[in-house]
Amino acid sequence: MAILPRPEEILGAAYGPHLNRMEGLRLDTGVEPDRIVNTHCCFCGQQCGIQLKVKDNTVIGFEPRYDFPFNRGMLCPKGVKRYLQGAHPDRLTTALRRDPDAETGFSPIGYEDAIARTAAEIARIQSAYGPDAMGVLSGASLTTEKSYLMGKFARVCLKTRYIDYNGRLCMVSAGAANKKAFGIDRSANPWDDIVKSDVVLIAGSNTAECSPITVDYVWRARENGGKVIVVDPRITPIARTADVFLPVKPGRDVILFNGILNLMIENDWLDHDFIESHTVGFEAVAEHARQWTPARTAEATGIAEKSIRQAAEIWGMAKTSFLMHARGIEHHTHGVENCLSTINIVLASGRIGRPYCGYGTVVGQGNGQGGREHGQKADQLPGWRDISNPEHREYIAGVWGVAPGDIPQAGVDCYEMMRKIDAGEIKGLLSICFNPKVSLPDNAFVTRALEKLEFFACIDFFLSETAQHADIVLPGSLHEEDEGVVAQVEGRVIKINKAVDPPGEAKQDWRIIQDVAAALERPHGFTFESPREIFDELRVASKGGVADYFGITYEKIEASDGICWPCPSEDHPGTPRLFERGSWNPIARGAGPFYFSDGKARFQVAAYRPPAEDVDADYPVILTTGRVISQFLSGTQTRRIGPLVDQYPEPLIEMHPRLAARYGIADGDWTTVESRRGALTLKAQVVTTIRPDTIFIPYHWPGRQSANQLTIAAQDPVSKIPEYKVCAVRLRKAPRPDGRTLLPVRNDPFAPASGPPGPVHRGK
Amino acid sequence: MEFFVDPNRCIGCQSCVAACSECDTHRGSSMIHLEYVRRPISIQTVPVICMHCDSPTCAEVCPADAIKRTGDGVVQTARKPRCIACNNCVLACPFGVPKMQAEFSLMMKCDMCYDRTSAGLKPMCASVCPSGALTFGTREEIERQRPRSRPVNTFQFGSQLITTKVHMMVPRDELVQHIDVTGSLHDEPVNPATILDNVFDGMDA
Repeated sequence: MAILPRPEEILGAAYGPHLNRMEGLRLDTGVEPDRIVNTHCCFCGQQCGIQLKVKDNTVIGFEPRYDFPFNRGMLCPKGVKRYLQGAHPDRLTTALRRDPDAETGFSPIGYEDAIARTAAEIARIQSAYGPDAMGVLSGASLTTEKSYLMGKFARVCLKTRYIDYNGRLCMVSAGAANKKAFGIDRSANPWDDIVKSDVVLIAGSNTAECSPITVDYVWRARENGGKVIVVDPRITPIARTADVFLPVKPGRDVILFNGILNLMIENDWLDHDFIESHTVGFEAVAEHARQWTPARTAEATGIAEKSIRQAAEIWGMAKTSFLMHARGIEHHTHGVENCLSTINIVLASGRIGRPYCGYGTVVGQGNGQGGREHGQKADQLPGWRDISNPEHREYIAGVWGVAPGDIPQAGVDCYEMMRKIDAGEIKGLLSICFNPKVSLPDNAFVTRALEKLEFFACIDFFLSETAQHADIVLPGSLHEEDEGVVAQVEGRVIKINKAVDPPGEAKQDWRIIQDVAAALERPHGFTFESPREIFDELRVASKGGVADYFGITYEKIEASDGICWPCPSEDHPGTPRLFERGSWNPIARGAGPFYFSDGKARFQVAAYRPPAEDVDADYPVILTTGRVISQFLSGTQTRRIGPLVDQYPEPLIEMHPRLAARYGIADGDWTTVESRRGALTLKAQVVTTIRPDTIFIPYHWPGRQSANQLTIAAQDPVSKIPEYKVCAVRLRKAPRPDGRTLLPVRNDPFAPASGPPGPVHRGK
Repeated sequence: MEFFVDPNRCIGCQSCVAACSECDTHRGSSMIHLEYVRRPISIQTVPVICMHCDSPTCAEVCPADAIKRTGDGVVQTARKPRCIACNNCVLACPFGVPKMQAEFSLMMKCDMCYDRTSAGLKPMCASVCPSGALTFGTREEIERQRPRSRPVNTFQFGSQLITTKVHMMVPRDELVQHIDVTGSLHDEPVNPATILDNVFDGMDA
């Protein structure tokens, strides 16, 4: 029973989050670093180049990396302060064992002992209940080598079908739509194509806060005369100066894009040659779009008809364009349709596969792209191979030295895994790089499921809210403690370089996985000595697949600041722009630029379905969730970095003054938000920059501040992404919650700590 | 190389403020700040760095003659032996830049990362700024890269006309001669429930 060994408050006091600030070597202006390491930020999918300054095996600061072409020295505040995650008082430097008798709920144990206990429990569970009784959860902040290894570990070592990853919360709607329409899932263009686009259409992307470096590309497009169209229920910083702002009612994106397509058809803003030569399926899509007249579209989306017509005209008449979307349109029970509806207006325009004619999804996690390519997804094998395809199974079995029949069949998505834990089908879980207790919707259910596990092992560098449930915690590695590759937002494969060694008994994650395999006496295929060796096997495993890395080497990456896959041979320069006319790919084999046997892209009918939970008389307000710039995902790292916490210390409920007035709520008032799944009480931020029928709460916090207490676990039937962007809630003004005090206001958020960091008890 | 500020591009990310505190001459303290103009009705933010006036008001009001301007026009942090922590400069600066660091009894301020710029490097804030709201480069670059705007470096502050080393970008076609520092203070007060809200007009709460 993986229930918390001690109350949350005690675990928090012992294991954090505590706030790391600039102190000691990091504050001393006289310190010369031992070395400066060229690497990348550990956070979002832009993967900005950064130089880390290292002294005495500690990262003490950064220098801008002006020569890395994607960001040219630019960083967001998370990148600037990322180094404060290292040498952190909360850092796990030993293995831990769950120990309800210990003051802090855990006792340190030797690393070998922890590995042996983990292996013994896995063996016990699998012999008692079968191999599928063990599940594996992984993540897309891992390097591609580790992602590959996790998929192989689940299938070859544990022989379980149940592995999935946190990209399920992030990239899968875009991935499924891209695969349906293009046959390949990757942003189609280098970001440089944005800057000379006539129009940049941004749908459901809070670009300024979630992918800040992309802002400069958009502003450069505007300086070149480009127009900017933003689709969002909130006036985010990128929307503030948009030429056309389309404040869509959450959950109605697909209607908007069908409506725009309808206007494109009516006005003949179509590229007939392209549609004829390079696509199939246009007629059915056109027929479907006809119902979305401007008036109906306006009524259903809540956007002024004039604005829809304006946007359609700008988009329709453009010579070049770039359409990008992110979680705003993807986090829906019809997320795949939303993405397909944007792809339809790109294909109808013919503006893809050429310079300054682009399409892309803005990935969220650091390896949101690479982490979804090589087999840690429930239904996938390396190189974007399909686990249900006999030829694909045979090829990968050959690489892995196992029989094709020994590779398990497809598993289920990570939320379904939680349901299987709840149902008693999955008894044991090994988790890395995933904090589902904060990040999954309806997280009261997630907590109940975790509590039912017979055995839970967690690899982590901090004791995350999820790791607090673990029986064994294995101390893993931070980004700067290992090397490997990731694929960033453009599909550019770049190299993460090691800056420091893991502290104490902490180990690089791939070593931990291999040690578990060895302790299980199943070492076959898990005897790599370095990430480079894993990468070289991955290259072979991906060879001939859609995501072909065979021609990429560490040396080539370093020599050219990254290589865009596909890259099928060592003399191949990589593929920055997909779908160029006359290009060759292994599926079309010269028949056309898209990744289908006829080389043609697929228009797909994108039909509207209402959100799983629409507003009604009992729950009359729409809740939508998202991010703020100073925090990242479930906050395991960023809630421990003092200056980032100071910048936005606690989640606020963003609401329009007309909505606030209805409930008598003023700016700063404590407000309870209640859904059918849970309730929370936070302070209101009353601003006119959000639709009056919608509230917004950022999701980075745990426990009673967690927005995912409210969200609904409804999922897209194809991609299985949860519907984080729409559910129904009600509001009421609330008294200050018991025991909750206002956080102290700091006049200078980047000042050093005036006192020592919080108390640290390791139960030693 | 010159410094250009373009609030139109600012996304309020605070990267400049965060990076300023990483500077090697004042690690741990940021010398700049970023403000919401009027958050209840807009997401607009403005980064505030020292504008480095040709005739710095901060230095002119300093009774201890502690604030010096370098030969190349950079106004520096007060000289420690002279500064009497009187706050005159803090109160007088038209842009609200100098900060009194109580723990050192010293006025400290943005010196355009003199340690970096004097060695050919860009200032920290303008290096990291992801939106290009803060840019350090040549005038030729900025004119080529920002055809929609033009740099202005004269500011009206009451009856005072100020010329600065740092430029602010204004729309190219605006006839503005000088930027009125306090202009927005004279606007009519707004009711956030009704003003600047037209995109959401007619929508039910």
